[in-house]
Amino acid sequence: MTRLSSVFLLGFLLAACAGRGGLAPEEAWDAAPAEGGGADVAVNPLDEDCQPPCAFRRADLDDPTSPLAQRMVFFDFDSALVKPEYEPVIRAHAQYLLSYPDVKVRLEGHTDERGSREYNLALGEERAKAVRRMLVLQGVPEAQISVISFGEEIPLDPGHDESAWAQNRRVEFVYDQMP
Amino acid sequence: MSRRALYSVLFLFAGAAQAQLHIVVTGTGSGATPLAVVPFGVEAGAAGDPEVRRIVVADLERTGRFRVVDEAALPQRPQRAADIRFELWRGGEAGHLVIGRFLPAAAGRSALGVQVFDVYTGRQLAGQRLEVPEGRWRALAHAAADVIYEALTGEPGAFSTRIAYIVVVGEGRDREWRLEVADADGADPRILLRSKRPILSPAFAPDGRRLAYVSFENDRSEIYLQWIYEGRRERIAAHEGINGAPAFAPDGRRLAYAASHEGNSELYLLDLDTGRSERLTRDSAIDTEPSWFPDGRSLAFASGRAGGAQVYRLDLADRRVRRLTFEGTYNASPDVSPDGRTLVFVHGEGGAFRIAALDLASGTMRRLTDGRLDESPSFAPNGAMVLYATQAEGRGVLAAAALHGGARQRLAVREGQVREPAWGPLNRPAR
Repeated sequence: MTRLSSVFLLGFLLAACAGRGGLAPEEAWDAAPAEGGGADVAVNPLDEDCQPPCAFRRADLDDPTSPLAQRMVFFDFDSALVKPEYEPVIRAHAQYLLSYPDVKVRLEGHTDERGSREYNLALGEERAKAVRRMLVLQGVPEAQISVISFGEEIPLDPGHDESAWAQNRRVEFVYDQMP
Repeated sequence: MSRRALYSVLFLFAGAAQAQLHIVVTGTGSGATPLAVVPFGVEAGAAGDPEVRRIVVADLERTGRFRVVDEAALPQRPQRAADIRFELWRGGEAGHLVIGRFLPAAAGRSALGVQVFDVYTGRQLAGQRLEVPEGRWRALAHAAADVIYEALTGEPGAFSTRIAYIVVVGEGRDREWRLEVADADGADPRILLRSKRPILSPAFAPDGRRLAYVSFENDRSEIYLQWIYEGRRERIAAHEGINGAPAFAPDGRRLAYAASHEGNSELYLLDLDTGRSERLTRDSAIDTEPSWFPDGRSLAFASGRAGGAQVYRLDLADRRVRRLTFEGTYNASPDVSPDGRTLVFVHGEGGAFRIAALDLASGTMRRLTDGRLDESPSFAPNGAMVLYATQAEGRGVLAAAALHGGARQRLAVREGQVREPAWGPLNRPAR
């Protein structure tokens, strides 16, 4: 008998017996083995919220003393190159995302106000993608990461000098369930 | 007939903006030609407004090409050609003379007759009766300035045109972005769109009736097309990633834009009839900010393919790309002049960002502005002036610079930051 017809038959039997109390659970178990597996196996997921590397507690995201509190990566003018000093920041967020596969992060790319707005819109995206690339290299699935560029539209510091611009050339890690 | 139809359409706007733009002249042109404009008369049975002459004078002087001589210095105040005694004008400052008078018109209409004369030959260079809906004095003045400008320069005036720009008001959560249009002199601003998210890059269609722009209303950059006089709008580009830098082709049926769904920011060409997009560039660096050459066969655009941002030209037929800018480490946001001979762009040099003009035939570049954070240059539809965004006292304002002659002025707004100007097309008669 093919699997399909046996399943069909089982369904028919279940329906036919329903009025008389139904089949005992072990009879149903025997009739429908797990796909690709043999009889008499039971698969149970390891019910753990935190997955390897399990580097952080879930709540660490809201802990101001955690390395995850650093949510900014800053860039040089007209550059999308991630400077080595930000690698630990990105690594910490990669570890967190790997630990909690249900968590999603949005990487928001920004630029300073200098130069042209549309070029900056593209540059902001290049920056966010550069950070995404580093997360993915550390094993974070792309599905957990989204990328958006605001160009120069949302400055962190509204000033018009180098100290303001340095703050504004950034990628921000924005988590869905942030307070 | 056509002019009449046109002016009635122009005023179908809803919702006036509170924030009027004020013009501040910040640099005077060298070699402005003296011109006499006699105060306009009012014929029996007609109505007029002295404001009309003031606007005409402001329009003409704003170009940097004319200096209207002091009213008190006029040797006579003729209102008809027959009254002009040319001998009184010869030897005076002005080589040309403008007279005008308000004329009787049909009910609900206002009319002005305007004439331009060469003082030395006594020849009439232009004479026209202009009509607008009753009391639309600003429109009447701009139309008169267009007639005078064309008679004296041989080029169409761009005074009856509109500009679009973005205003940002408020701070933090109260911040609001507005897409506005106003007369070319900044008067009569109207809000077309308000949003709590950024709006940028407004671009006029060649018919002047549609605007394309980028809106972040869905928390990402998407391109919208809005019918200015109907308020109707459509989302026309919303690929994954960025969608930006819309630029209508001269035929009005195609739109070049930048999008990043196939990797990084590349140029695309959207057919507005079919909704189909075609990829135009293929490069691992940023390609964005297309601006059409007037023949519709090639585009100037900004690209990071040489490391920093530079301006290139893309030939649509063979997709060949040629570099246009070589001076300085940062050149972006190009706008091609209506005659296709000049390119203006943002030129970064020594930490400052200015608007520069490149003569495409000779390769000569010169700076048009002297700000620190100048951006978004947009040619007037007659090519005589360039509108751009700059900073004054820490605020974003619009400014205009004459392509030749060095005249500059600022359009200041009472509140908020003004940016991203786009100069609309000439008002051509409807066909």
